[in-house]
Amino acid sequence: MVAQAEDVIPQRSPLMAFMARWLLTTNHKEIGTLYLWLSFTLFFIGGAMAMVIRLELFQPGIQFAEPLFYNQMVTMHGLIMVFGVVMPGFVGLANWQIPLMIGAPDMAMPRLNNFSFWILPFAFTLLLSSLFMEGGAPNFGWTFYAPLSTTYGPPSTDFFIIGVHMMGISSVLGAINVIVTIFNLRTPGMTLMKMPLFVWTWLITAFLLIMVMPVLAGVVTMMLTDRHFDTSFFSAAGGGDPLMFQHVFWFFGHPEVYILILPGFGIASQIIPTFARKRLFGYHSMVFASAAIAFLSFIVWGHHMFTAGMPVWVELSFMYATMLIAVPTGVKVFNWVATMWRGSMTFETPMLFALGFVILFTIGGFSGLMLALVPADFQYHDTFFVVAHFHYVLYPGAIFGTMAAVYYWIPKWTGNMYDERLGKIHFWTAVIAVNLTFFPMHFTGLAGMPRRIVDYSLQFADFNMVSSVGAALLGMTQVLFLYIVIKTIRGGAKASTRVWEGADGLEWTVPSPAPHHTFETPPAFPPIMDENESTSLNE
Amino acid sequence: MISMSNGLRNCLTLAFLASFSTLTFAVEFDLREGVTDMSQRIQDLHHLSLAVCVVVGIVVFGAMFYSIVAHRRSRHPKPADFHESLLVEIVWTTVPILILVGMAIPATTTLLEIEDNSDPDLTILITASQWKWHYQYLEADIGFYSNMTTPTAQINNLEPKGENYLLEVDNPLVLPTNKKVRFLTTSNDVIHSWWVPDFAVKQDAIPGFINEAWARLDQPGLFRGQCAELCGKDHAYMPVVVEVRLEAEFDKWIDDQRLAKELSSGQAVADRNKTWTMAELMPIGEQVFLTHCATCHESTGVGQGVTYPALAGGEIPNGPLEVHIDLVMNGKGGTEMQSWAPQLSDRELAAVITYERNAWGNSTNDVVQPKTIYATR
Ligand code: HEC
Ligand code: HEM
Ligand SMILES: [Cu+2]
Ligand SMILES: [Cu+2]
Repeated sequence: MVAQAEDVIPQRSPLMAFMARWLLTTNHKEIGTLYLWLSFTLFFIGGAMAMVIRLELFQPGIQFAEPLFYNQMVTMHGLIMVFGVVMPGFVGLANWQIPLMIGAPDMAMPRLNNFSFWILPFAFTLLLSSLFMEGGAPNFGWTFYAPLSTTYGPPSTDFFIIGVHMMGISSVLGAINVIVTIFNLRTPGMTLMKMPLFVWTWLITAFLLIMVMPVLAGVVTMMLTDRHFDTSFFSAAGGGDPLMFQHVFWFFGHPEVYILILPGFGIASQIIPTFARKRLFGYHSMVFASAAIAFLSFIVWGHHMFTAGMPVWVELSFMYATMLIAVPTGVKVFNWVATMWRGSMTFETPMLFALGFVILFTIGGFSGLMLALVPADFQYHDTFFVVAHFHYVLYPGAIFGTMAAVYYWIPKWTGNMYDERLGKIHFWTAVIAVNLTFFPMHFTGLAGMPRRIVDYSLQFADFNMVSSVGAALLGMTQVLFLYIVIKTIRGGAKASTRVWEGADGLEWTVPSPAPHHTFETPPAFPPIMDENESTSLNE
Repeated sequence: MISMSNGLRNCLTLAFLASFSTLTFAVEFDLREGVTDMSQRIQDLHHLSLAVCVVVGIVVFGAMFYSIVAHRRSRHPKPADFHESLLVEIVWTTVPILILVGMAIPATTTLLEIEDNSDPDLTILITASQWKWHYQYLEADIGFYSNMTTPTAQINNLEPKGENYLLEVDNPLVLPTNKKVRFLTTSNDVIHSWWVPDFAVKQDAIPGFINEAWARLDQPGLFRGQCAELCGKDHAYMPVVVEVRLEAEFDKWIDDQRLAKELSSGQAVADRNKTWTMAELMPIGEQVFLTHCATCHESTGVGQGVTYPALAGGEIPNGPLEVHIDLVMNGKGGTEMQSWAPQLSDRELAAVITYERNAWGNSTNDVVQPKTIYATR
């Protein structure tokens, strides 16, 4: 955010210089900043779509959105949030932090890094432009099941397909960069089993990305040929199989949901020890649990298809494998609690968000476990119970995780402390709003409200109204967050090098703000932390 | 506003209840108990897993909150420095596994029973299409469509909403008590999902494939559900209504349906032998159009953008008659314009085509006769 313009060619006009700096930059910090702003911008766009959804669902009847438009909103909201907000947000954090945390001067492939980022604004422009096309934007849900998305898809589906390809290329290139950086640029002495957990979880995430993004690319390519080149991969009339679409999609889709959460696990594992002033409990088991989750994520995809008609032994296998994921996930939660146990905790904003993450994510994990039971899933599937479940893991998981990370590291990025009072207000309103919005969805779902419906019968009215009120509040908290971030960039109490009293790790040995170039020579590891020096704010 | 404060109150009550008991929820917070053996066992399973989650949650969050209170810096200024314990890790890996096994066993036995589709007494073939259900009684050779009947005025908030808003149909599926009824589901276009919460039956209807499910009902009543898989624009308007009747009444109903079928085929013969006038056909045509076509083409025939073409002044309604008849009867493959020949009678088809050719400023003066339709079939 504040970065010196030292290597910008001097004789250009200020505008050109600005453009050249951001368009051509190969600096991991600047690229990280770009990713984070892109993610934040799309968060407002995807959030505005959520507001349209909740406005329409405020009351039974059609008020603001016609059915076809509603379906477009639901689809674009899901796509933007998953591919445009959470993924670029985490990549932005990776860009900023991985080199700083492993003592590397930059990412291993800086030009590739620039390219990976600059694909994205074009991909999302393409995707969003479909809203203005004849026939409207994609309207088949973020899971784009065939044949609704193939034979019956609107013309803009092709733009969606190209957009997904571009995002996929960006993600794979970004992931390769992360892997190469972590394997080659660690400072001497930092063995794999000494890496910070954020780096570990990102390494695992990067492998997941490399394995599943090509599958996504494959499935959209099959759609494209089904739509235009007379193939019948997914059309029973031509000898294909619509269910195969679901298998291929979810083979990508389930690992994808762990892509959306693993870096969040890493963030919580950095923040909780800092503010508990105690080392992370069970480092090794944390690493193994992350790897186990990643492995299991490849053999559970069928739990999204229990009502699609599978042989009973297949259903049972997917059920057992899914239940098994609860074990490593539980281990992580227990380890976080054990880290807090008999620590000496303070509750600055990053810690609050990390704790909110742990608690609310665990609630989402519980409903996930319930969804794994096949007979019960016959009732829960495709209802608002599922919407409640995945928002409990995504909102407090991915979004709270990212926000915790921003509060935690922004003093290092900008050199300024954020406004602690506003940060706390932000946290508490967000927690209240998230629960007000998403908790009632459990009940509407259990009472029988299907998801992706524009209008509902009268029995669901009360809880939907509560949800919509919560959503409005949740929308407002984002504006507060934006204000806090801008205020921090523009000024505030100066941050020290270590920033947090309990902070540990290489990133806390460089000055705040981190200079444009850091670790041009590999630093000593383990780092020597300055005991007396911190700007920790309270308690 | 009143209902909002109700909602809020509900929410608070719930938070209160949830923290004390898992089994005494007020009905509206809970999964429906339903009316079949299976739906009840599924509800038990739901309670079991919810109880497990609540207990585990109390333990884990309890420890966490205790720690947050007791181990804050003001109370506990010097942090301990333990950070590893193999024993503890083994314990909190194995204990959850045991709990999971305890949940997997009832889930497995219930599932095995649910998936036992053998020996049905009665089979219904459920065929979905955008956005209605067709029910075929395979043994009795009876079949009919089931469409939502909620008026658009209610949906557009021009009239007060009825009690069964969005959950009412013209022809409910009628089923007998005390029989094992097998449901076969399939689809003519996109994927839909047939769901009756009270039976705990949710089965996807997939084009080109047939899925199975079953239910045994022991009490008469009306049960309502909805399509559960996104199937396009009117996915929200695809209710399922099932009327369960005592066995004897059901048998009588089947006989009545058979008779009606014969009558209507007698009716069809009469229709064919008659030469209809424009004045007779137009009102019938308008009715058919409003019921079946207006959701896409709009009641004024103006269509909706490029997705649903305008019929007022449209090319086909003003073009050659045979093309128009063919399109309406056979639809257009790969688009939402489906084939109407199996869904409408000769008279209805003749009337709706006549209507399209002479309404909203179209003035071909063509009058289509039922016998023409019959000959084209
Ligand atoms: C589910 C939505 C839907 C419903 C219901 C529907 N149509 Fe269509 N109709 C379409 C679509 C889509 C097309 C355009 C097909 C194409 O791509 O050529 C179409 C095209 C037509 C056309 C040709 C228009 C032209 O000039 O190209 C006619 C005539 C027509 N429909 C009549 C009917 C009649 C009569 C009914 C009711 C019995 C009906 N439609 C119900 C979706 C629908
Ligand atoms: C402002 C906060 C948010 C609100 C109020 C909100 C609301 C909703 C609602 C009501 C739906 C269901 C619509 C329906 O099924 O008819 C939905 C779907 C979805 N949301 Fe959100 N959401 C929010 C934030 C998020 C975030 C942060 C993510 C991801 C990180 C996300 C991911 C999704 C996905 C993947 C879907 C499924 C879309 C589909 O069915 O295809 N949402 N959201
Ligand atoms: Cu999954
Ligand atoms: Cu549907």
